[in-house]
Amino acid sequence: MYFKGCGMAEIKSSKSYRDKARAASAKPATFGEDIDLDTYLSSAEEQPYQADPSQLPARAKKQMLETGVILDDTNQRSGTFIQVDNAPVHFSSQQEGIEVMAMSHALDKYDWLSDYWWQAVAVDSDKYTAHVELNQNNGYFIRALPGSKTIYPVQACLYLAKAQLAQNVHNIIIAEENSELHIITGCTTASREEPGLHLGVSEFYIKKGARVTFTMIHNWNPEIAVRPRTGVIIEEDGLLLNNYVIMKPVHSLQTNPLARCIGENATARFNSILVATPGSMIDVGSTVFLDNKGAKTEIISRAITSGGDIISRGYIEGNAPEVKGHLECRGLILQGEGMIHAIPELKGNLADIDLSHEAAVGKIAEEEVEYLMARGLTRAEATATIVRGFLRVDIEGLPPMLSAELQRAIEASEEDLM
Amino acid sequence: MLELKGLSATIEDKEILHDINLTIGQGETHVLFGPNGSGKTTLLMAIMGFPRYQITRGSIIFKGKDITSTPLDERARLGIGMSFQRPPVVRGVKTQDMVSASLGDRGDEATITTLAERANMTDLLDRDINYGFSGGEIKRSELMQLQAQRPELTLLDEPESGVDLVNIALIGELINELLEKGCHIRERRCMGLIITHTGHILNYVNARTGYVMVNGRISCGGDPHEILATIKEKGYEECVRCILRGVEWLR
Repeated sequence: MYFKGCGMAEIKSSKSYRDKARAASAKPATFGEDIDLDTYLSSAEEQPYQADPSQLPARAKKQMLETGVILDDTNQRSGTFIQVDNAPVHFSSQQEGIEVMAMSHALDKYDWLSDYWWQAVAVDSDKYTAHVELNQNNGYFIRALPGSKTIYPVQACLYLAKAQLAQNVHNIIIAEENSELHIITGCTTASREEPGLHLGVSEFYIKKGARVTFTMIHNWNPEIAVRPRTGVIIEEDGLLLNNYVIMKPVHSLQTNPLARCIGENATARFNSILVATPGSMIDVGSTVFLDNKGAKTEIISRAITSGGDIISRGYIEGNAPEVKGHLECRGLILQGEGMIHAIPELKGNLADIDLSHEAAVGKIAEEEVEYLMARGLTRAEATATIVRGFLRVDIEGLPPMLSAELQRAIEASEEDLM
Repeated sequence: MLELKGLSATIEDKEILHDINLTIGQGETHVLFGPNGSGKTTLLMAIMGFPRYQITRGSIIFKGKDITSTPLDERARLGIGMSFQRPPVVRGVKTQDMVSASLGDRGDEATITTLAERANMTDLLDRDINYGFSGGEIKRSELMQLQAQRPELTLLDEPESGVDLVNIALIGELINELLEKGCHIRERRCMGLIITHTGHILNYVNARTGYVMVNGRISCGGDPHEILATIKEKGYEECVRCILRGVEWLR
């Protein structure tokens, strides 16, 4: 079986979306360096479908493994989706009640899916969302049926193999009522030096009482530009726990996921671990609207620069009684050249809300290094211990297995950082 | 043995310690009294080797080796350890990580568990080091780390400050273990230098030599209990007057 590398005539998008996209095709994004989309290729070679993902090339598997995607033994995964360039090369579900498929298949299978299309992210948000609409290159559809709970996480990988390609994916994740869905996604690239562009639209629909943990590890190269666009709608008693990690070089990354807590007691938690090496420009934010009674959010970011630039944003808006939000941004500058700009913002629209933030940016305190040295650690060991501690975010609600996998990915990248 | 020979030290070019001479033999515990701001902590920090405390004259000999220029971490590995009065909070670094680091190659979970139980620190092992710790918890944490480090020379900066009556007995026990007080002095390997403002720790830890430090100078060597009795009776003001009389007499 082969998937077309471009075109996507099979994706049924309505004319009105395409018209809106055309109108926004030159609209710059609110944040981030403007990227000239014309410099990227829109088509790539076809890719053979692999019924057995362990048959994928060893090098690709190794790179995917660095982002938490395991292909040699998928026993500890509830489902797997792999897309290389513009073509899904494998998708499967290993658990009843959990659906994992290419977007083109899902749209063929479910007429109702078009009702979710561009509902959590506006198609005309900027030129990148418009580009994805006008150049659809598949993406994944992951759904937990009502009451279904993943035993193991579902894994997904978007892999950029062709140099200079613009990868345009549109993903939809639906957690039906009272379901539980754990997802690990890894995005990476074959080349460690060729340029490329990753545009990924992800729409999350978390129904009443459902819980979703979404752990994304990015592992690009110094020439790749990345513009993910994410929207989340959370209903009553629903929960999103979003973990984002980028610790390897990237040319330019800008993303600002938006979560709307529309149901009573809906909760959104965002944890970001950002590392900017020299030459990397990272602009990552999280935006949460607390739109119904008792909704909660926590946005936590840890940013380290060893020479690159980081803008760490956070925005919480309280629009309903008894909502609660906290924003915490901490930045560590390891060397003189890097920059961290923390921009925490809170907006309250009524009295009965509780929003707070704290932000701190600085270098490692000499007093802390010396304290550890007084226990016999060398300066390098003491510094590494403090950096490791700084990156350690205790993520409430993350299953122990996912927590351990996340920690392993962080520790693997720490060596490069130090 | 620790020997300080004519030691003078500065902080940011200001001389704080003046011509300090001190010898602590193997197995001995010495106590240094002094009013606030007299230079007691500076002395400990200078012996430990903190870079901010610059030694301008004299030398530090530890186990027969001149360590005056030896870096902080090397001194720790040579066998000098310190309990801090106000250690920093290190966010993300767990108490357990500090014990593990102090144990070095000897670190294993069972040892850490035993040390934590001994110091009544089990519930705090998973907390960021010193974050939100009470006075007693800080001292117990410091002593637990030192028990893991097993230094031959233990420097204790105000081990009783901020500690309630429930904790002080345990603090005393932990210090006595560290200084091998259960062994006869001839069999002890460990030395201790305790600095104290109130002298309260002497009710729990035995020491045979005491000094008073005033304005960065050491005076009044003798039995620490006698020195403490004098301080309690006449206050540190008398020590200051006594030192000034001595200086006048020398002139």
